[in-house]
Formats: sequence, C-alpha cells, structure tokens
Amino acid sequence: MALAFDEYGRPFIILKEQDQKTRLRGIDAQKANISAGKAVARILRTSLGPKGMDKILQSPDGDVTITNDGATILEQMDVDNQIAKLMVELSRSQDYEIGDGTTGVVVMAGALLEQAERLLERGIHPIRIAEGYEMASRIAVEHLEHISQKFDFGASNIEPLVQTCMTTLSSKIVNRCKRHLAEISVKAVLSVADLERKDVNLDMIKVEGKVGGKLEDTELIYGITVDKDMSHPQMPKQIEDAKIAILTCPFEPPKPKTKHKVDIDTVEKFQTLRLQEQKYFDDMVQKCKDVGATLVICQWGFDDEANHLLMHRNLPAVRWVGGVELELIAIATGGRIVPRFQELTPEKLGRAGLVREKSFGTTKDKMLYIEHCANSRAVTIFIRGGNKMMIEETKRSIHDALCVARNLIRNNSIVYGGGSAEISCSIAVEAAADKYPGVEQYAIRAFADALDSVPMALAENSGLQPIETLSAVKSQQIKDNNPHYGIDCNDVGTNDMREQDVFETLIGKQQQILLATQVVKMILKIDDVISPSDY
Amino acid sequence: LSGIRISDFPKHRAYDQVFFLCTKTQSYSRPSYFPWRCIEKILKDDASEEKGERARMASFVGAIAITDLVKTTLGPKGMDKILQSTGRGHEVTVTNDGATILKSLHIDNPAAKVLIDISKVQDDEVGDGTTSVVVLAGELLREAEKLVAAKIHPMTIISGYRMAAECARNALLQRVVDNKENAEKFKSDLMKIAMTTLSSKILSQDKEHFAQLAVDAVMRLKGSTNLEAIQIIKKPGGSLKDSFLDEGFILDKKIGLGQPKRIENAKILVANTAMDTDKVKIYGARVRVDSMSKVAEIEGAEKEKMREKVKKILGHGINCFVNRQLIYNFPEELFADAGILAIEHADFDGIERLALVTGGEIASTFDNPESVKLGHCKLIEEIMIGEDKLIHFSGVEMGQACTIVLRGASHHVLDEAERSLHDALCVLSQTVNDTRVLLGGGWPEMVMAKEVDELARKTPGKKSHAIEAFSRALVAIPTIIADNAGLDSADLVAKLRAEHHKEGCNAGIDVISGSVGDMAELGISEAFKVKQAVLLSATEAAEMILRVDEIITCAPRKREDRM
Repeated sequence: MALAFDEYGRPFIILKEQDQKTRLRGIDAQKANISAGKAVARILRTSLGPKGMDKILQSPDGDVTITNDGATILEQMDVDNQIAKLMVELSRSQDYEIGDGTTGVVVMAGALLEQAERLLERGIHPIRIAEGYEMASRIAVEHLEHISQKFDFGASNIEPLVQTCMTTLSSKIVNRCKRHLAEISVKAVLSVADLERKDVNLDMIKVEGKVGGKLEDTELIYGITVDKDMSHPQMPKQIEDAKIAILTCPFEPPKPKTKHKVDIDTVEKFQTLRLQEQKYFDDMVQKCKDVGATLVICQWGFDDEANHLLMHRNLPAVRWVGGVELELIAIATGGRIVPRFQELTPEKLGRAGLVREKSFGTTKDKMLYIEHCANSRAVTIFIRGGNKMMIEETKRSIHDALCVARNLIRNNSIVYGGGSAEISCSIAVEAAADKYPGVEQYAIRAFADALDSVPMALAENSGLQPIETLSAVKSQQIKDNNPHYGIDCNDVGTNDMREQDVFETLIGKQQQILLATQVVKMILKIDDVISPSDY
Repeated sequence: LSGIRISDFPKHRAYDQVFFLCTKTQSYSRPSYFPWRCIEKILKDDASEEKGERARMASFVGAIAITDLVKTTLGPKGMDKILQSTGRGHEVTVTNDGATILKSLHIDNPAAKVLIDISKVQDDEVGDGTTSVVVLAGELLREAEKLVAAKIHPMTIISGYRMAAECARNALLQRVVDNKENAEKFKSDLMKIAMTTLSSKILSQDKEHFAQLAVDAVMRLKGSTNLEAIQIIKKPGGSLKDSFLDEGFILDKKIGLGQPKRIENAKILVANTAMDTDKVKIYGARVRVDSMSKVAEIEGAEKEKMREKVKKILGHGINCFVNRQLIYNFPEELFADAGILAIEHADFDGIERLALVTGGEIASTFDNPESVKLGHCKLIEEIMIGEDKLIHFSGVEMGQACTIVLRGASHHVLDEAERSLHDALCVLSQTVNDTRVLLGGGWPEMVMAKEVDELARKTPGKKSHAIEAFSRALVAIPTIIADNAGLDSADLVAKLRAEHHKEGCNAGIDVISGSVGDMAELGISEAFKVKQAVLLSATEAAEMILRVDEIITCAPRKREDRM
C-alpha cells in the first residue's frame, strides 16, 4: 500500500516495515474513531446527573475506587485506544479549567460524534461537518451568554453560592449532607478569595481526610492540620499564642558539602570535638529560644539529645514535616522558612493563636491543628467518613464544589441547570440552522440534536421516559419563551429550574460546548490511522 | 456460594488469590467480555469491564459471600475461624473477631473490599461490632438484591434506606439510658457492657473476671481514651483465670547482674541515650592514629567520657536507671558498682508508659540534674510469672496506667484473649466518653425494626418497599444470633416481635436458656456509640455498593517471576 515508484520505475518504501502495521483509511478510519469515542461516552453516560450511578474502578494493584466523577473514571480506566485517550484528555482539560462538568463534556462529545456518523453516511465531507459544528458551537455559546443571568452575593450573603455548590454536590454520593458540605466549601473559598481582584487561590485550601466518624463530622478549620505529633511524648499538647520557628535544617551538627575528614589522633582532639558537639546542640536550641519561639517545626528529624534539650527548655517541637505542609504553615502563620539557625530572627517567626494535638478513635492517630493563624486565609477542610473510598470520593466532590465556587467569584454569570441550558441552546441552534445556505446546515442541525442528548441522558438516568420528557420540556420552553425549564430529576414537581435553584456557571457550560466541539473536530479530521499491529 | 479459596498460592502470584465466589460470576469476570469487541478495543489487554445488571450482580454476590463468611461468628455462640497465613511458617490464628478475619483475607471483589474496609474502620473507631457491621451491610444488600430483581431502581432503594436509617437512629436515641450522673449505676453499666462484649469471645468462660479487669483498667484512665496506658503482657502457662490486673507497672526485662534485686522508694531516671560507644556526631570525624599507645589513649578517653556520663547520671541522685537503648558492659558495671539498678533496651512504648506511670520525663542529656523530673515509685522488685522474671514497679505516683497479665494455655489462646480484651477495653473507653447505653441481645435491632416498619406503613410510593426491606435486614441480626446458638430462629424471632409490640419492652434473645428473656434483668447491655456506628457505616457501605452500575478492572500489574 505505501509503495511508490520513482521516475526510473524503482520501488521505494515510504512506510517502514509495513507488513507489521495496520492501516485504516478514509471513511473506515473515521468510523472506527467515532465508535471508539462513542464507547467512552457510553461508559460515562449513566453517571450524569443527580441520579447518576457510580463506577467501581480497580487499579492494577487491586485498589478500589468508587466514583462518579467523569475525570477520575477516565483517568483510572487505563485506556489503550488513541481516540479514547483524546476523550480522556478532553475530560481532564475540563477538570483543570473548570473543575466541574467533566462527565457532561464527554457525553456531549459522544453525542456530536454519533450525529457526525450519520452525516458521514449521507456522504457529507467531514470537513464540512466540522465547520458546521464550529458555527453551531459559536451560536450556542452566544446564546448561553444571552440567557445567562448575573447573580449577586457578598461575604454576608452566601446563599446563592451555597445553592450552586449544592447543585454540584447533588450528583455525588455525598448528597446526603450536601448542604453542610456546600456551606463548608463556600466558606473555605470565600476565606481565601480576593474579592476585589476576583481571584481565588485554591492552593490555600487544603483538603485532608481521615477515616472514621461520619460525614456530618466534616469540618472547616481556619488553619492547618498536619498529620504529625509532638516529637517528645511529654511535650505540651496545646500551645496558645504560639510563635513558630519554621526550620528546614536538621538539629544536627552541620554537614559541610565539600568532602572532608576530621582526623582524631590525640586525646585532646577527641575531647575538644566532644565538647564542640555538645555546644552545637546547646547553641541550636538556645538560638530558637533566644528569638522567642514557642514551637519549632522542622522538616528534618533530630537527635535524641536535641529532642531532650528542647523538651528540657520547654520548647515543643514537631519533626519530619513535609515540604508542602511546611510551606502552607509558613504562608498561614506569616512566618518565613529558615534554612539556617544563624538566620533565625524574631521577625521570621510565624504566629498562630492556638496549636493543639488531637487524637482519634481507639488507635493512636494524632494530628496537629494550627489555628487562628496570623494570615487567616489558609484553611483546611477536614473530611471524616465511614471508609477510605468514601473519603476519597468526598475529596473529589469537595474539589468540584470548590472549583464551582471559585468560578462564580471570577465570573458571576450563571445559567440554569437540569438540562435547561442545553435545551434552550438546541432550540436556538435549530432556528439558526435554516439561515445557513449550504451543506453546513445539516451539520448545524445535527449539533442541535446532539445538544438534546444531555437532557436526554439526565431523564434516562432519573428513570423518566427520555423522549417524552424532552419533547414536553422543549415545547414548554418554546411556548412560554422561558429558557428555565429543565428535566425534573429529583421528582420535585416543577420543571422550572429557577424555582428548584439548580444552576451552573456560565463559563463551565461554555467551556463544555467549546471543548467538546474542538475534540470532535479533531477526530473528524483524521482520515488515516497507522498503528503497529498486535504482536 | 462456595469454594472460597484463601491461601495455597505462591506469594509472587498474589493477584491470583482471587475469591472464587461462584462459577457464574467467575465467567463474567473473564477479560473476554467486551461488548464492542467487534468494533474497537478501548481498554488495555486483560482489563475487564462489567456493566449494569452484571456489575450489580458481581458486587452483590461478593458482599453477600463475605457476609456469609463472618456470619457464623456473630453472637455469644458464634464459631471461630482458623486463618493460615501464606507467609513463611504458615502461622495459624484462631479468632472470631470480624475485623481480624477480614483483614487477613486476600480478596479481589471490589464490593467485598468495601465491606472489609468498613469493618476495619469500625475496629479503629469503636473497637467492637466489627462483625455486626459487615453482617448488617450484607443483609441490606441481600434485601436490595431482591428489590432490584423486582424492578425497583437502586436510587429509590437508597433514598428509602436513608430514611429508614435516620428513623432507626432516632428510635435508638429515644430508648437510650444515660447513667452519667449516677457513678454507681454507671459502673454497673460498664460491667454489663464488658460482659456482653466478652461473652462472644474466648474469654466467655471467665467473663466476670475479665469484665472486672477491663472495667477497673478503664476506670483508672479517668476518661482518657489512650489505651496505651494499659499494658497487656501475655505469658503462656497457667489458665485464663490466673490472669490479673496489676496496679503498678510490669516491665518485661531482667535486672542486670550484680545489681540490687529490690529497691524501696525508688527514684527512677527514664532515659533515651546511647550507652554503648557514644559516637562523636560531627560529620566526617574519624580516628586516625599511628601507634598502639595512641589507640590505648583514645580508648581511655572514650572510657573516661562514658565514666563522666555515668557520673552525671548518678548526679541525679537516682537508684534506678531505665534506658531505651543498649547499655554496654562497661557502664553497666559502673552502675552495679554504684548500687544502681540499670535496665537496658526497654522498647519505646515501654519507656513512654513508664514515664507516664512514674511521672518522670524521658531524658537524653544529663547536664542539669536539678531540672530533670525524676520518676518515683515505692518498690521495684523482680517477680516471677510462670518461668519468666519480670520487673515490677509498684506504688507508682500516677495511677493512670496499669498492666494486665494474661495467662493461658497456648499462644493462640493468649492472642485471641488479647484481641477480646482489647475489644472490651475499646468499647469501655468509648463508653466512658459517651455514656449512653442500650440493652443487648438483639433488643436494639428489634426496636429499630419496629419503628422502621411503622415508617414504611406511613410512606407512600416505592420507597416504602425499601424501608420495609431495611427492617427485614435489621431483624436478620437476632435471627443469625439465634441460628448460631442452634435455636429455632423463626420461632424465637416471631415471639420477640410479638413481645416488642408492647410499649417499653425489654425483650431480647437469651441464648443461654434458648428463649425470649428480659435483657434488663439478664444484664445484657451494649454501648450506644457502637450500635450507632454499626448502623451508619453499614447503611453508608450498602448505599455505596448499590450506586454502582459498572466495574472496570485494570489489567493487573505484571509481576516478574521470581522463581
């Protein structure tokens, strides 16, 4: 197949070792790719919406993850197919950019591919389909802007934010106490948010989990937790108004970087060295004490002797604290990380109102709480739950909720959820299609149909008749000219999503449509797949 | 459901230790099941995917198999299991502790793993009820399976279960007894709880004795949940009845040669310091000499250093020195000369506990003797238990810690006794904090089932089926207890249900006489905290498994053949 002849009629090889490769061309390649993309979307389709189901994923090492977060499912699925990998990337980029809607974007892309397949069968050129999709996505995004609403919230009025987070959380297993978790997430985001610059640094929010207790015990700590305990069992367990020295140097005699040897050949030298060593320890502890520190947090370990000296001088210490945690502590307490004892000064100490050690359950698990920090903006969400999988899933859910709250602070436009935005877009795109002359019209119409698939999946997962429900809602939207009608997943009794307080961020929705269109365009443009054949 | 295979596999093929649950599911879990295989392969080779009904089936079967495995250990007449490890020596454990059994299983079924996890968490959080939580979760799933077969959507079942769990919890809350104010009554409550917990274990023969031990030990903690302070020493020999609680502290060490065997009014220095060669810790230091005489000199200096250290230690005015690390012959000799008892190599927990008991601090430097807090005790002596010599510290300052010495016929008995005692101690220490108490013997389950049944009658819609199922799952627990005791469960549970129809009934299953009895009179109690944790975790786990509609298993990581 990949054999060509030069002007002298000699054959030369274009593709090396071609008998070991398989090749798909033209319409076959497109169809194969589309079916792969659809297969991935099919897996996620049942996870969409508040009544979506979970998946069990078993990793190569046998660990079990239970989740319905699209990005997590795809990431752990260990996908082999190239096109399927594109879909995984798609979900991941939605996760990075927006943090929520990772399932919806894949379902959307799958629907677009399905429609494209039909158009291909009719003999429409893939590029024309791609262009039609592109136009349609522009119409949809503009329409979203059109139907979006601004909503107001402030540090005092957090209710709208909480509602949005609740919409996100309602599709997760934690929906039993979504109100509680949504409030925690919103408070956490608001406490680190810079409302003037409209920016939120999510790094300042640490999400920690510990197995045990129940989900309702999850709490927001205005401070930091560290999974460590005091280095000496008899050090005080609670320190008020702590001044914290944050060290990255070990409590040990210094180690020069250059290679050296200290030779001991006389008794005097032996003794001087010994004294020197003792002095080192003494000096180190004294330095910390001199600058007024009441707590030492060290990245490295320290010697038993140093430990006792610290204990002796009434200076509590924590050892083996990880680098990331150390940085967080430094940010939270307003201290500086000190790499050498000589550089310790009173200004470099961090401050915290309360440091305490807390123990859990019947095992000797202890954690250190650093609260009321000088820079109170760093917060920790501390999750409790029945088992490990529950905690992991709660962490993911909280992450989604945090992202949503952040997006709202960045841009406070919202669209209504429950599939209402998609239905409204579908109507708008359908109406716009007729204005375009040429083959693209078909592609635009197909796009409108694809948009319908998200509310359709929602209805399906909620146990409703998908086609009946969708057509009813659609006609209602057109009749009342009201874009807020959606699928009533929770069986509340009303279709008006504004009454149900179900909404999503505008940028999240726009991003979903744009990303899905982009990936589909990319897949459609492939007309040749060359891959090494199996073994 | 049969053919559970746990061991008998070479270690390097650990991932082969699959739970063969039943031949039917086994064929589903074959990697060949690809619904779109004809079109395109998405997942890697060997990875498998199960969808919808089949996925649900696989998780139900897995969870129910686990439940059936531990079911027979429930209750006072529950049976034990022998666990044989795959490691070297094929060690054997005999136990009926749910958490211990489940921990040692190698399981491939994801739903089964969820159940094992909740049992582990129950163990960590409250210490007891590890079997009950698994059994309840399994029964909930068994009921759910029937409902799913009757075409009720899992989401409906979940919302029904949630309502039922909330209702059951409220029912318990209404019936709890709290004797916090009355110390005398509270102590008898504790005693009852301990007896109830122990009655299902190997210690049931001497449960009064051990319940007394456990209550005494926990009361000494004065509300702290730190079980570290209770030391359990196991010595084979004698019978279980010979076990005793010692108010002082026992260290499983020998006294050095030539040192006093008995010290009164001991002043103890607890230390963690090197008493061997005490290296110079400055980096890169080494000894380099050019003649034999210099070696001797340096050796002398080293000895001098050690002598100085010992002198400093002596300067504290002590007559007993306990070190975590080794003590070499030379310093030991010095200590013996000074008439001081030196104990080496006490493990870290031992040191911490000793410091806690005697009120001393753990020292590592000895330059300022005036500010180091020393530990005190009235008497140190060497005692014999069986054939071993132990060091006994009595008359200690802080009364918090104590030691329980367990005696028994074999290591297996002792291990199991320790686990049972640990369960009892955990439950008691949690009860001291949360003093609410319930009756036992299937009483709480019946109370909950009654309330949940009421709720089911009031609830319109499909949910009521799920709520009813929840109550059936609750009743399964007394049924299993009765079955395990070889009683006619159908008859007993029916009687029990009739009894519970009256207001304020205290009826439960009296396993000993094989009839329905008054639990308050029989003195069978359980901690509210344990029951609540069982209820909530089991519902949570059942819900989690029910929500699943797809299982994707990655290709197992390839392991190199180390043969």
